[in-house]
Amino acid sequence: MADLSAAYLGLSAALFAIGALGLIRRRNPLVMIMCVELMLNAVNLTFVTFGNMLNDAAGQAIVFFVLVVAAAEVVVGLGIIVALARRKPGLSADDMNVLRG
Amino acid sequence: MAVNYVVFFICALICLLGATGVVFSRNPVHAALSLVATLFGIAVLFVQQSAHFLAAVQVIVYTGAIVVLILFVMMLLGVDQEEDIDEEPLLGVRAAGTIVATILLLGLLAVFFLQSNRSTLVTGERSVTAPLSVDASLDSTKGVAETAGPDNMATLGRLLFTRYVFAFEVTAALLTIAVVGAVVLARRPDRLQPVPDEPESMDDDFMAALESEAGH
Repeated sequence: MADLSAAYLGLSAALFAIGALGLIRRRNPLVMIMCVELMLNAVNLTFVTFGNMLNDAAGQAIVFFVLVVAAAEVVVGLGIIVALARRKPGLSADDMNVLRG
Repeated sequence: MAVNYVVFFICALICLLGATGVVFSRNPVHAALSLVATLFGIAVLFVQQSAHFLAAVQVIVYTGAIVVLILFVMMLLGVDQEEDIDEEPLLGVRAAGTIVATILLLGLLAVFFLQSNRSTLVTGERSVTAPLSVDASLDSTKGVAETAGPDNMATLGRLLFTRYVFAFEVTAALLTIAVVGAVVLARRPDRLQPVPDEPESMDDDFMAALESEAGH
């Protein structure tokens, strides 16, 4: 089981790095939100693995709160994207300044 | 157990392929579907680590609500077409992204694996708040997955409503604030204009309409 715990941690590190890569590379705000979700899921996997290693239920409780925060973040982010797309077609994160004021 | 390794290998492969699909898909809809594959893989890994409640919540909340919400906005805005991801909006942003991701990956792997003693990897005591299972704490070599009962849901629920009850209430407030913010953000700006006054009588309005018709 110890070997698999290390493998879980390695997988979550890889997922986090891939999410960060996508967050920097892509300009579409929808894809950027998906990359943030990817990174949050990598962190969730780390929490569950550490909770398993320490035999502590707090790891899973914290994942629950991360889920709620991720849902709220997606709702607000999609609201901003809809407001952005109303003002300027051709969705791009570089056009965020049209939302000023 | 060989089954554990096979399940982990398959799920890790699905997760990594889905993650690369999210980053490198030209079509945002394909990216969202790749994200679904990754989230399912992580849900299976949660089950494997005896986090059954979180696996169910992962499938219901993430793939059932969040990805569907993202796809819904995609269809609403009509951005479900191919986009050119080879163009570079800022000079050197792709090289910077590759460098940052590599540094992150190597740093995380170094933190995880360059430890002489595995027990110093995680700071803190075993079972600070509540043990996942009573038997596993007695036999630390077996791990939790073999010894835990079919549900740790009671443990998790008790923890959420006693030790973390304040954080639980704060998340309720957070969700309410998020809903209000989404409503404010997504409201049409045209509605902010003052509503024009009512015409004095229907006849005047009707005559004005007739005159404009005659004018044409």
